[in-house]
Amino acid sequence: MSHDHDHDHDHHPEAPSPVEARALALESLLVEKGLLTSEEVDRIVSMYEHDIGPMLGARVVARAWVDESYKQRLLEDGPAAVKELGIGYPPATQLVVVENKGDVHNVIVCTLCSCYPWPVLGLPPTWYKSAPYRSRMVREPRTVLEEFNLNLPDEVAVNVWDSSSDVRYMVLPERPAGTEGWSEEQLAGIVTRDCMIGVARPRIPAESAAR
Amino acid sequence: MSVDNRVAYLDGEAALPRKNGELVFAAPWEGRAFGLAVLLSEKGAYDWDDFRKRLVEEIGKGDEAYYESWLAVFESLLLAREVVTREEVSKRAGEYAALERDPVF
Repeated sequence: MSHDHDHDHDHHPEAPSPVEARALALESLLVEKGLLTSEEVDRIVSMYEHDIGPMLGARVVARAWVDESYKQRLLEDGPAAVKELGIGYPPATQLVVVENKGDVHNVIVCTLCSCYPWPVLGLPPTWYKSAPYRSRMVREPRTVLEEFNLNLPDEVAVNVWDSSSDVRYMVLPERPAGTEGWSEEQLAGIVTRDCMIGVARPRIPAESAAR
Repeated sequence: MSVDNRVAYLDGEAALPRKNGELVFAAPWEGRAFGLAVLLSEKGAYDWDDFRKRLVEEIGKGDEAYYESWLAVFESLLLAREVVTREEVSKRAGEYAALERDPVF
């Protein structure tokens, strides 16, 4: 993260507020003690600023996995159901949640531009906005999914949902086997952005399997 | 679960301020306070759950803005773990406030 601090206090710096001064004090002391570097802090801040959006959607998915009646409400009325979890959804836009099942796989695209359910997934990845993804996902979804390392058996139907400014889609992935008894928080941890776009399936990392 | 997912999962009143799903820092120091606390937890200076519990309590007191609570909790954890001392933090903060050090974020 860059900080533009070179424009108005070169000559007349403004005194930091008490809380700012404490933040500055803590960072500088921790750097001096060799516990961290300012560059590491930069990296964390920028990572979270850009990558954390999808976690709201992951919470929605985890809730749907543990609560069947919530899942039904989510499939019937997406905006109302995400609102139950404190996630605001713009009133003019519909959110349709499409459920993956054993024989049905869903994937979302926006062929015209880059419509995306950002209130639950954050900002779209660059590839989602790319012309090849937008055109090819509709024409040859299986091939594109294979390029994402998602190989679907022939008997699984692939539904491609084309988003618009009025209707946005989000994929509700299938809960993977081996997650019985997991907390919602643990479950949310395996739901990635790509799972909710439909180009990946949730996987149990070795680390969690051992817990 | 990795620390970052647990950070993202901060819930209810402790939920991170966001806009359009993205994190929002109203001022640079808020981003620094956020990054410092997450980073030191990742480095094992304290358990994230400990931070979260203290944050919920601090926010429950209801008299501070979100990242002020966040910073207060971070500082209290560092004091409790004897990573820093109250004296050195006060002294250093005083130096910044008095512009004896360049306040650059």
